[in-house]
Amino acid sequence: MSSEKISKGILLFASLIIIILTGGMVYALLSGSIPAFKEFGIGFIFSSEWNPTEGKEDYGALSFIAGTIFTSVFAILICIPLAFSTSLFIAEYYHGKAISSVVGTMVDLLAGIPSIVYGLWGFYVLRPLIVDLGLSSQGFGIFTAGLILAIMIIPYATSISAEIIAMVPNDLKEAAYSLGATRMEVIRYVIIPNAKSGISAGFILAFGRALGETMAVTMLIGNTNVIPEGLFATGNTMASVIANQFGEADGLKLSSLIAIGLLLFVITGLINAIGKMIIKRF
Amino acid sequence: MKKLLSIIILAIAISACQSGSGDKSSTKEEADVKSLTAAGATFPMPFYNLVFKNYTKEKGILLTYGGIGSGGGIRSLKDRVVDFGATDAFLSDEKIAEMPAPIVHIPTCIGAVVIAYNLPDVEGLKLSNQNLEDIFTGVITNWNDPKLKANNPGIKFPDMDITFVHRSDGSGTTYIFSDYMSKISPKWESSVGRGKSLQWPVGIGAKGNPGVAGTISQTTGSVGYIGSEYAFAQKIPFALVENSNGFYIEPTIESISASAKGEIPADTRIMLTNSSDPDAYPISGFTWIILYKDQAYDGRSSQNGLATLEFLNWLIDADAQAVAKQVNYAPLPEKAVAKAKDILKSVTFEGKPLMK
Repeated sequence: MSSEKISKGILLFASLIIIILTGGMVYALLSGSIPAFKEFGIGFIFSSEWNPTEGKEDYGALSFIAGTIFTSVFAILICIPLAFSTSLFIAEYYHGKAISSVVGTMVDLLAGIPSIVYGLWGFYVLRPLIVDLGLSSQGFGIFTAGLILAIMIIPYATSISAEIIAMVPNDLKEAAYSLGATRMEVIRYVIIPNAKSGISAGFILAFGRALGETMAVTMLIGNTNVIPEGLFATGNTMASVIANQFGEADGLKLSSLIAIGLLLFVITGLINAIGKMIIKRF
Repeated sequence: MKKLLSIIILAIAISACQSGSGDKSSTKEEADVKSLTAAGATFPMPFYNLVFKNYTKEKGILLTYGGIGSGGGIRSLKDRVVDFGATDAFLSDEKIAEMPAPIVHIPTCIGAVVIAYNLPDVEGLKLSNQNLEDIFTGVITNWNDPKLKANNPGIKFPDMDITFVHRSDGSGTTYIFSDYMSKISPKWESSVGRGKSLQWPVGIGAKGNPGVAGTISQTTGSVGYIGSEYAFAQKIPFALVENSNGFYIEPTIESISASAKGEIPADTRIMLTNSSDPDAYPISGFTWIILYKDQAYDGRSSQNGLATLEFLNWLIDADAQAVAKQVNYAPLPEKAVAKAKDILKSVTFEGKPLMK
């Protein structure tokens, strides 16, 4: 056998593993969630009931879908202005200066911190602060969890955006300057149009991370299985309810948790697809 | 493709229960048993951690205990990946029937669930059964409620929201707590009921006994239920609870023991909550180890079965029971030990009793 064939075989094998893993995962999620969908039908997605008491069992995913969307959207709303400004700071205004490399390193450092550390910090520092400010009597809820999520995803979005902004060709910028454009105008008419698909992809990746984040959220959201009634109300997310209740679950409850896993898989898949579409379109 | 898929799924399944399958291969050997594996409740874990280590030191048999929750303990035994499981809630007749083979319950100690709270400068809080119902169903929402003041004339309550902290995961501790609540409050029984996880009318959730204990100690104005050892260890104040005779009882080893003074059935499956004994702390309960009545399964040798039984026999004997007190669990009363020993003697291997 020629070395060409061997290397081709290895590559094929590695790629096949990815396909099989994804397929196996979808299969496991689908087959595991069948009992839940059989029992509750499509209404499972639109019911906010979550009653694990024996004899009165009734499960629905809506509270968790709502909690996931609320926290993630809140996080991305905070993330967008902050991450965009920071990336401009690093990649444009102070590009190549010492301060920019310091900030850049900090951003990378933040991106590498495990989520449980963010959770601890949120629990012991951020939450008491929210109580002291009188925003909420115990400090748990959508606001605290969303804020932590925002802090966690800012480094992701920032470093991707900064890379993209730094890649905008210098010739274009210089041409704009020579025409008498101000810095703001260069950003608006040269950098943003050139970098927007990459930047959007960065924010979508960050949003995807926020959707699936588990540990830090479960420590701060309050874990109440209801649709959150406001910014400072407690709730629960899809990832968090699975992490919390998986250990003791069996039968219908286990199947419902797997069904929530499947829904989360579908939602993140959709977000990724939308991201790809945006990149293609612009 | 289908074949490949099933291989992958099989591989995932094997890796998922790796610890268990590793154990199985060791149990196939006919030679001396070197290790026993168990998993289950976190409620008695401080006791098990200590006493299992002592046994390893004494007998050289390595004991591994995974604190994965009562439900996990039951499932592990059902899947036959452990030598024995541990649970805080006994299995109902239906649940026993769902197991692949008959099982037996061995009580190992008595634990209490305490109502822990975090209120600055408040000590010796007394909570009547009515107070408990009102707080945990959301009728009382502020600490300065006159219903609480009526019970605690000496205490100056702050004007502060009550934050009820409950478990977010399924738990035997929750079962003991909700069993007690169901016994004292018809309203609770009909609206919430008893179970390892519940649909909570109020409050926030935290994971595990350590999680609830941590949240309470960090949140002013909070109240919640936790395994007593966790409150003792972290010095979190807890309330005196009204028992069935109307006395306000502090959870101590004596008052927890007193809850087991009544009759105990031969299979030891009894909830000790709301004991009729006047000295008893009312939110107490046995915690059990569960194992198969016939130890010949899954390629286990009779040595495996015998090693399991010898260990359990040691666990309910005086030496190990004395350790329970060190970590604030109440030791088993004598009649419970006698019944547990009878049960151990009834455990068989291929139909023949293992222990003399």
